[in-house]
Amino acid sequence: MAVNKETVLTIATLAHLEIAIDQVDDQIDRMNRILDLVDEMQAVNTHEVRPLATPFDQVQRLRADEVTESNQREKLQSVATRTSDGLYLVPRFVE
Amino acid sequence: MVAHVTTPFQSIAEIRANLDDGTYSCRELAESLISRIEEHDNDINAFITVTADDARSTADAQDVLIAKGQAGPLTGIPLAHKDIFCTEGVKTSAGSKMLDNFIAPYSATVVAKLKAAGCVTLGKTNLDEFAMGSSNENSYYGPVRNPWQTSHVPGGSSGGSAAAVAAGFCPVSTGTDTGGSIRQPASMCGVTGIKPTYGRVSRWGMIAFASSLDQAGVFARNAEDAAILLSAMTGADPRDSTCIDAPIADLTQELSTPLTGIRIGVPEQYLSELDAPMADLLTSALFEMEAGGAKLVDISLPHTRYAVPAYYVIAPAECSTNLSRYDGVRFGYRCEDPEDIEDLYKRSRSEAFGDEVKQRILVGTFTLSTGYYDAYYRKAQQIRRLIHQDFVAAFNSVDVIAAPTCPGPAFRLLEKISDSIAMYLQDIYTIPVNLAGLPGLSMPIGQIGEMPVGMQLIGQYLDEARLLGMAHQFQQRTDWHLATPTLQATGVSHG
Repeated sequence: MAVNKETVLTIATLAHLEIAIDQVDDQIDRMNRILDLVDEMQAVNTHEVRPLATPFDQVQRLRADEVTESNQREKLQSVATRTSDGLYLVPRFVE
Repeated sequence: MVAHVTTPFQSIAEIRANLDDGTYSCRELAESLISRIEEHDNDINAFITVTADDARSTADAQDVLIAKGQAGPLTGIPLAHKDIFCTEGVKTSAGSKMLDNFIAPYSATVVAKLKAAGCVTLGKTNLDEFAMGSSNENSYYGPVRNPWQTSHVPGGSSGGSAAAVAAGFCPVSTGTDTGGSIRQPASMCGVTGIKPTYGRVSRWGMIAFASSLDQAGVFARNAEDAAILLSAMTGADPRDSTCIDAPIADLTQELSTPLTGIRIGVPEQYLSELDAPMADLLTSALFEMEAGGAKLVDISLPHTRYAVPAYYVIAPAECSTNLSRYDGVRFGYRCEDPEDIEDLYKRSRSEAFGDEVKQRILVGTFTLSTGYYDAYYRKAQQIRRLIHQDFVAAFNSVDVIAAPTCPGPAFRLLEKISDSIAMYLQDIYTIPVNLAGLPGLSMPIGQIGEMPVGMQLIGQYLDEARLLGMAHQFQQRTDWHLATPTLQATGVSHG
């Protein structure tokens, strides 16, 4: 399967990434080379093979529903570029 | 310049003895290695951050413990962490411009455990951005150079950690391995590296690339040192639900177990495509194992050739999901003067991620998108099960599997950087192990030209002690692990 310009630009939008206009063709070429490699999988008959999501079909381990961490808001927000009153600041998007 | 108190290539056992009998102190050892890093790392670029002041104060504290007779196996042992493990109060960059301003507000479980064990952290090592790469050329901080020949790559993604041990900057270091990122650089730098079973070591505080594949491990000059360090990193962690609920393991327990009777599977598919020099070295190493009493058994892993294709669906898919957290809002890089929220997300990510990371995010986003999921992601997970079943079947007749770690020795800088597929195929022998979640170890078995190469031992789940024991026995019979590169002094300070 090969991707075209429209698909690559749609994917970039979904991924929140910009592709410069003069690099779109190069990006299409690089993606298609990877998809050519990936398409080798299609030679394998996987009929009725159960997908394996994690090694040895791990089941999510559960724990008691208890508070185990303390509130460290100021410390954790110290690495943010912009905060105010404990909130992260972003450009206004609701008028 | 501080006088070197020790040769830079001592093992943990040698350092332990010298620290305990007062030949030198933890502080003197740390100063000696910091001095060596300052002398040589301008050429190697193994470190992103050298934490000299922290190292000195930690070393002083360990000297007090030794004086009180309270030293443990790792008290005062210097190490370096791959800069993907969050380290409280220290920049943790993942090799990316995205996290160049990120001072971790907490420490990874691995970092906390090794600090509690008394290790002296010298700094954070260079890596391919977000651990995506096989040559360490994808780092925002520039490529790492192979200490054996600085015109060559050290492998990746944990290239800085491998190079740091090979260069004698530290006896041991930590790394992570998603598709070969410990074993491949270990092979190319002539050191011993082990990726344990998926879930053996907590991933908490380890910056995520592909969560169903990522696993922490170690680099060392020999298998015994690797066993000592890795043991201290194991154990259940309530903060990582994928961490195996098992107690701290003593992975040194089989170091003295002879090779006698151990059945080593040799996969036909792995050997048939090797160039002659690599095949010859592997054959010699296997003969050495046989001479030690092991039995070689031919096995087949028929789905090996589909591992790389499946991996380059699964890993990018998980990467695109994991890296969606970098949006310029809560931490990391934020673009200047965003026009609106979309512009903030888009420009922050586009300006701060490198080309390979963007490439993988795009591929992952595509394969997970509507209409393509079954053809790619589901198919890759089915192949993953077939690869897993290959290993299960093989382990019915053998105890361990031997294989090349990578197709050949380290290659030149820039040689493969423009060819993604050639780079991806570097990991053809390591990726199947990650897909199945098995433990894998690489150890030096010789040199091609002036460059070292390794052999991989693949074990059954939680069988790291056996792998380390076999590697130790091999290293009792051979001296490839004792070979060291000669560094040229440039006298440039690391700052």
